[in-house]
Amino acid sequence: MARRQASSDTPIVALRSVGKSFASGIRALAGFDLEVIEREFVTLLGPSGCGKSTVLRMIAGLTEPTHGTIQWAGPRPEIGFVFQEPTLMPWANVFNNVFLPLRLRGSGREQARPAIAEALQLVGLTGFESAYPRELSGGMKMRVSIARALVLKPKLLLMDEPFAALDEITRFKLNNDLLKIQCDLRNTVVFVTHSVYESVYLSTRIAVMAARPGRVIETIRVEEPMPRGEEFRSSRLYTEICRATSQALHSAMSPGDEL
Amino acid sequence: MRPAQDETVGSLADELAALRRIDRDRVFAILMPILVLAAAIGGWEAVVRLRDIPPYVLPAPSRIAITLVADWPTLSRSLWVTLRITFEALLAAVVGGIALALAFTRSKWIERSFFPFAVAMQVTPIVAIAPLLLIYLEPETAVLVCAFVVAFFPILSNTALGLASAEHNLVDLFDLYGATPQQQLLRLRLPSALPYFLGGLRIGGGLALIGAIVAEIAAGSAGQGAGLAFRIVESGYRLNIPRMFAALLLISLTGILIFGLFTLISYWSLRHWHDSARRREL
Repeated sequence: MARRQASSDTPIVALRSVGKSFASGIRALAGFDLEVIEREFVTLLGPSGCGKSTVLRMIAGLTEPTHGTIQWAGPRPEIGFVFQEPTLMPWANVFNNVFLPLRLRGSGREQARPAIAEALQLVGLTGFESAYPRELSGGMKMRVSIARALVLKPKLLLMDEPFAALDEITRFKLNNDLLKIQCDLRNTVVFVTHSVYESVYLSTRIAVMAARPGRVIETIRVEEPMPRGEEFRSSRLYTEICRATSQALHSAMSPGDEL
Repeated sequence: MRPAQDETVGSLADELAALRRIDRDRVFAILMPILVLAAAIGGWEAVVRLRDIPPYVLPAPSRIAITLVADWPTLSRSLWVTLRITFEALLAAVVGGIALALAFTRSKWIERSFFPFAVAMQVTPIVAIAPLLLIYLEPETAVLVCAFVVAFFPILSNTALGLASAEHNLVDLFDLYGATPQQQLLRLRLPSALPYFLGGLRIGGGLALIGAIVAEIAAGSAGQGAGLAFRIVESGYRLNIPRMFAALLLISLTGILIFGLFTLISYWSLRHWHDSARRREL
């Protein structure tokens, strides 16, 4: 499979020998390098505690690196963030939860209506505007969370193990919907997971990380064109890449990490 | 065919029986406390009549009811005084509690400096403070301050806790979208604090009434400003025991009313989202 379009080879963000040490003395990251190319779906895959979430938080500007630099191609673009939990405001209905980013930017309710309707349609929740989070299933709450992240039409979408708490059937469904959404919106995604299968199914590129301190030890390309469907899950290429990724992940874990 | 039909009939009958069970449970839940209360009052009445106990020792419930009606002009004036003081104190406690809780979230230094005073005010029994306040303040103001002092702390500490317990990821999200401190307060911290505040309000409401009663007994003020507690003290001096009971009954009812009111407010404001206002699905 040929490389993706040449125009998209300029990184929109580059992390160069980034390190993060906490006041407790723990080195979460050291010498972390990652370039995120436009319209790419990059997955950070690694054992728990390898600093995957810290990388996302640094890209989002929620925390600063203690070493190294984060370079943006231009001004920092609009960023959407999806957390591991749906992180919805329980006192607000679906409409108001998705409205939040726009409201914080000073947009009025009526003015925001079309964007909210579009975001809800992307995640398949049209008609649920007046439902409260407690009335929704785990998968639906995550869909609301994704709609909220998409409502500002972010160029870059950061997702921190968004489907980890969901059952497998729901997760597969959301995987497919996410790929479709990325195809529609043509945005860039940085996705964190500890599932090998999820990373292979979704990504154009997988950065396998090792822990203590967190760093990239291997990069694996998944040269299957988008959009992908369920048939990719049963293809030989999928199985092969899963095996290679598993091996890389295994070598990322030092013997002491087995627990 | 036959067994299937029987099954349907059986399940319908089961369902009806289940519905009836629910109805019966609901009736019992309302009926039982009423029956127990009626039995207790009936027993009281019977004991007083059979043993011929004089009303200045123990008045019969019927006698208390008659007194309540006969003395209603005096008692209602006192009830109004107590209610007014309680709610004024509570309002002051709500305004002061929220304001100080907000100041606490703004600055750790303010919290460090003022919290010990709030604790000291809370742990010193109000009965012990009341006589002192009466030296410096007009009786009615002193009563108001006492009621305020006891109602203030639960509202302050609950609201402060609530303001500090906004979900961290949501705080991050607000930061990511560049929310101003005002937006963060209005859209995140205040709603997060609401269940805690309402809990504090329910406790503070009951305590404001207790504070007002205690201070009034300590003050022993008469005349226009006499609340229900003063009526109890006064009736005690005059050996008007039925009136003592009538005033006591009004105080209890006031306490129940305040508790019921805030429970209702709490339920209505949280019913869409908070677990405390939800019925568990069984």
